[in-house]
Amino acid sequence: MSTRQFGARVQRNEDQRLVTGKGRYVDDIPLTGALHGAFVRSSVAHARITGVDVSRALALPGVVKVYTHADLGALDVQMPLLIPHPCITHGRTQYPLARDEVFHVGQAIAFIVAEDRYIAEDAVSLVEVGYEMLPVEVDFEKAAEPGAPLVHHDVPGNIAAHLVQESGDADAAFAAADHITSIKVRVDRSTAAPMECLATAARWDEVTGELTVWDGTQAPIGLRGALASLFELDEHRVRVIAPDVGGGFGPKIHFPYANEVLVPLASMELRRPVKWIEDRSENFVHMTHERGQIHEIELAATSDGTVLGLRNRFLHDTGAFIPYGIAVAQVAACQIAGPYRIPNVRVEFSCVYTPTVPVTPYRGCGRPQANFAIERAMDQLAEELGIDRFELRRRNFIQPEEFPYTRPNLIFADGLAVTHDSGEYEKALTALTDALDLAAFAKEQREAWAQGRYLGLGVSFYVEGTGLGPYEGGHVRIHPITGKIFVNTGLTTQGQGHETVFAQIVADQLGARVEDIIVVEGDTGVYDWGVATFASRAAVVSGSAIHKAAVLARKQVINAAANMLEADPDDIELADGRAFVVGSGTAGVTLAEVATASNPLRYAFNKAAQSATQFAPAARSDGPSLGEGAHPGIEATDYYSPPHATWAYGVHGAIVEVDPATYGIKIHRYVCVHDCGNMINPMIVEGQIAGGVAQGMGGAFYEKLDYDEDGTLRNASFMDFLIPYATEIPHVEMIHQETPSPLNPLGIKGVGEAGTIPVAQVIVSAIEDALKPLDLPPFRMTPLSPSLIHSHIAESGNRG
Amino acid sequence: MKPSSFRYAVPTTLRAAIDIRAASEDSVVLAGGQSLIPTMNFRLANPEVVIDLRKLDELNYIRVGGGMVRMGAMTRQRVVEEDAEALAANPLIRETLTNVAHPAIRNRGTIGGSLAHADPSAELPTLLTTLRGTLTAQGPSGRRSIPATEFFEFIFTTALEPDELLVEAAVPVLEPGEGWAFTEFARRHGDYAVAGVAATLLVGPDGRISRARLGACGIATVPALLTECEELLTGNAPGDELFAAAGQVARDAVTVSDDSATTKAYRRHVLAGLVERTLKTAMTRVGVPR
Amino acid sequence: MSEVTVFEPDEPVVVEVEVNGEPVTAEVPSRMLLSDFLRQRLGLTGTHVGCEHGVCGACTVHIDGRPARSCLTLVAQTDGRSVRTVEGLACADGTLHPVQRAFKECHALQCGFCTPGFMMAVAGLLDERDDLATADDETIREEISGNVCRCTGYMNIVSAVKRAAELSNERG
Repeated sequence: MSTRQFGARVQRNEDQRLVTGKGRYVDDIPLTGALHGAFVRSSVAHARITGVDVSRALALPGVVKVYTHADLGALDVQMPLLIPHPCITHGRTQYPLARDEVFHVGQAIAFIVAEDRYIAEDAVSLVEVGYEMLPVEVDFEKAAEPGAPLVHHDVPGNIAAHLVQESGDADAAFAAADHITSIKVRVDRSTAAPMECLATAARWDEVTGELTVWDGTQAPIGLRGALASLFELDEHRVRVIAPDVGGGFGPKIHFPYANEVLVPLASMELRRPVKWIEDRSENFVHMTHERGQIHEIELAATSDGTVLGLRNRFLHDTGAFIPYGIAVAQVAACQIAGPYRIPNVRVEFSCVYTPTVPVTPYRGCGRPQANFAIERAMDQLAEELGIDRFELRRRNFIQPEEFPYTRPNLIFADGLAVTHDSGEYEKALTALTDALDLAAFAKEQREAWAQGRYLGLGVSFYVEGTGLGPYEGGHVRIHPITGKIFVNTGLTTQGQGHETVFAQIVADQLGARVEDIIVVEGDTGVYDWGVATFASRAAVVSGSAIHKAAVLARKQVINAAANMLEADPDDIELADGRAFVVGSGTAGVTLAEVATASNPLRYAFNKAAQSATQFAPAARSDGPSLGEGAHPGIEATDYYSPPHATWAYGVHGAIVEVDPATYGIKIHRYVCVHDCGNMINPMIVEGQIAGGVAQGMGGAFYEKLDYDEDGTLRNASFMDFLIPYATEIPHVEMIHQETPSPLNPLGIKGVGEAGTIPVAQVIVSAIEDALKPLDLPPFRMTPLSPSLIHSHIAESGNRG
Repeated sequence: MKPSSFRYAVPTTLRAAIDIRAASEDSVVLAGGQSLIPTMNFRLANPEVVIDLRKLDELNYIRVGGGMVRMGAMTRQRVVEEDAEALAANPLIRETLTNVAHPAIRNRGTIGGSLAHADPSAELPTLLTTLRGTLTAQGPSGRRSIPATEFFEFIFTTALEPDELLVEAAVPVLEPGEGWAFTEFARRHGDYAVAGVAATLLVGPDGRISRARLGACGIATVPALLTECEELLTGNAPGDELFAAAGQVARDAVTVSDDSATTKAYRRHVLAGLVERTLKTAMTRVGVPR
Repeated sequence: MSEVTVFEPDEPVVVEVEVNGEPVTAEVPSRMLLSDFLRQRLGLTGTHVGCEHGVCGACTVHIDGRPARSCLTLVAQTDGRSVRTVEGLACADGTLHPVQRAFKECHALQCGFCTPGFMMAVAGLLDERDDLATADDETIREEISGNVCRCTGYMNIVSAVKRAAELSNERG
């Protein structure tokens, strides 16, 4: 009897190749005779281009081709606005190569193709671009003010989109309140900085007329559609493969980037494979950013702390273009009320153009900002009402019996009203406060303060709508020769362990070993339909689809085995890679034998196949070899389309010490209580959370993109954009809570982004708590830094 | 991020290295490459000639004697860090080096490379300055010694003539019972510090500080000598109050202005705290046999 | 023998370097980085390039037995030296190095991009220190600072360092 794999800490199928250096990331794919590309990028934030002289670059030995927009023909078109929404009144998107105007530092102007990257970079420095400078306003709050310089001359006020949503009657709630608190908070711009930058390689096969594109994308099927459309190729002639991808975290969901157009074009025109591997300095000014938002949030409460209403107005910095629509702002808007009942919510946002790198989702996608806003406001409300901050939260939680809990008219990214499906919020908070032992901490804190040490406790509760539609598919096939199981889905992995967790799901249905299940995804040549990896949706949506397909395959195996073993299907059991009659003590048949026997053959190419040929006694029947409606072999495909998002949640707390000499912080404890429904593999869940917390730590205290007034990114390197090392990241204690989602057959919720969401508030509120003796105003921004803490203290007149 | 092309010269003798340095208009010297190659990869440096000193074994040594620890310019930082004799003679060298970046960088980075690069935020120039070490340059007309306090002239600028190479760095051994410490604060472990402080303390038989040496990185256009702190300390009995006062005195040594991530006022605050801490640590080592 | 050899910008430099125990002789441009040489000339694509300015450590290999950034090293500088990459970490019979085993066992990798460089750094660390199996987390975290991992949050890498130390000690 096989043990259940779902829920087990199974080691990963993908690791053997990755630890032996046999991973295959885009730049690892050997393409004989490949040319290498490099982009000429704008060095200024906003200018009219007065001329592009490529002659010296073209003359350089080893340079094969230089593209400017004038060389693009039919491809010299605006790239699609991928997710339209009626509130986008002024949608502007980029061209593959800038035409007569550039809108941000780093925008692609020309593409050089050369024998190697060294020569391509030499040529980049030989291209002369003439600029006629235009005025800029980089600060998005100022950019939204009247009279600010325009990013796009025909977009008044720099406003791309504006949306107001109201659930309940917010103004009535405010009129009825005993107490109103309001706070304005700012979250600064950041970047995902995956370890592998963007990368594209392409090969055009003249014989078949097929274009193969290897691309570090989260959305190969989407990219195939875009390329088929741009190049006017039938879909089956475009194959997009996302091989091993060195981290995604959101920005690789956006497409098509300039490289995703230029590299295929060059390979088709030059009849040679072409590669473009983004380097780190380009990544900072090319790959999309996120996080810049300013929230004004008001809470209307009764004197006992019941929050009746919430009003939130925020500005969302969308950069120079809005190719991914309002996704980030919309997700922020829908998460603004957090885990709290708050029956009356009005949320209004404007997406503001700035002459900076465009903004698309980055792990958390607006949720970290919304979490920071609501949780800062809750802290302030607790302070003002004199109610303990944990107690205030408790009084407002949606209770277990209230699920499903809908916020009517607050429309999420799946086009449906926000509906929290299940959870035990209060239980999670209690688990956290028990783990942190608040009473013991209070004593410790008093003692620390008495010694001139600054020890504080921070907390943040988050909710996360995960597992968005529209759908994903799953395909399961048993290989007749090896008996291994081939599993496919349309989305991609960038380290989340899909090759293992999807295998675990299938293993339970087919009684196979996890290591005998081969999961291949991210290849449009293998699986045609699906959406992509984003919104913590892979396990929920693809996992459910694969489960459904595996259930179908299981039925096929049982029926075939019952025929082969002349037994009742109800008596067939699947385990250890075999089908057998339960309790018979006989070996039964292997999955390979079942697969072979289910596939009537003409040719006896091996021993197993001999018994499956159409003339073999076992396969003979009165009718045709394959009955009406049947298909050969063991193979099934099914789809899962969620009724709406499933809502994961959790609460993090930390004990932080602030060093008054340096304002550096030391995290003594970091505790995370989370609930992502049933866990497929707790080891992988914990890895996702630990990684998320680390990225959240970056956003809380280290990582901030620093544009100067002219729109130049000052810290476009790993020397200056401070991604934490192991020394800056705490050990995370994890407490799992598993409330199944009622929405899908496995009861799972997403976890990919969870860890990142609450960290800024945890750290900032802990620092604030630690510095209580200094009687400071609240901290209203993230990321903080030692220098910012120092300035905050100095500005409060406390001491410098 | 690939270097632009260059003439590549590989001398096998110091003499030849100096000749080619003297003969080249626009050359850089490649020692460990840990600072140079990043700037070349970013194409911030596009030299015509790269002079690679990798074959100059004659510059790879550590010699302790005559009251000095002498380090050849091509000696890897990690080798010095692990050298038992250097540790016994002057443990401040190791404590300083362990704050330089990360082991993989120090495995390649050289003593001379870091000093000639003259980054005022770097630790090694501060060590040399604090200890009033000596740098030896060699050019077509011979060798000369340059006191560390005169060697560093500005950010990335030294007293080396264009045709000179740095061949040796020397610091004095510490006296028996002399206390020492290097402390820095960086936003991220191993990064260039917001500020860093090197200190030694010698306490006389009368219980008073007979010699204090203090220097700091990250606060000025050169590694800074905190002479006012030294004067305040010398002749006084060591103690927490004195060390705190030294910290306050140190604040004025910060001359770099605000940058977008770090205010000058903050740097002053950090320096004060670090001076105090470094002195306290150094004091714990005073009189302790090594 | 001349006291200086000068290569013109377009003149190849001959390097003789031992890579994973095999002697290699190659003509390379003087400006070629070791990382590019390993990946493009020798097809050893296990060594990854993450930042090309020495901060992330993804490109870490061993030069003469010690961890070093291959992106901050000209291949010409390795003439006469030995280089070891992730492909040379396991035994010839495929038996994994303790670091490789530990990374797998402890789920110390997710996307795997930083992993080869990280493992080379840890392998170098194990060569230098034999006390890591019982070292505290803070010590280990300081020792492995210098390599960026964007996926794991480092927790499981800390565990893997301890586990690798145990496995190394068992192996003796």
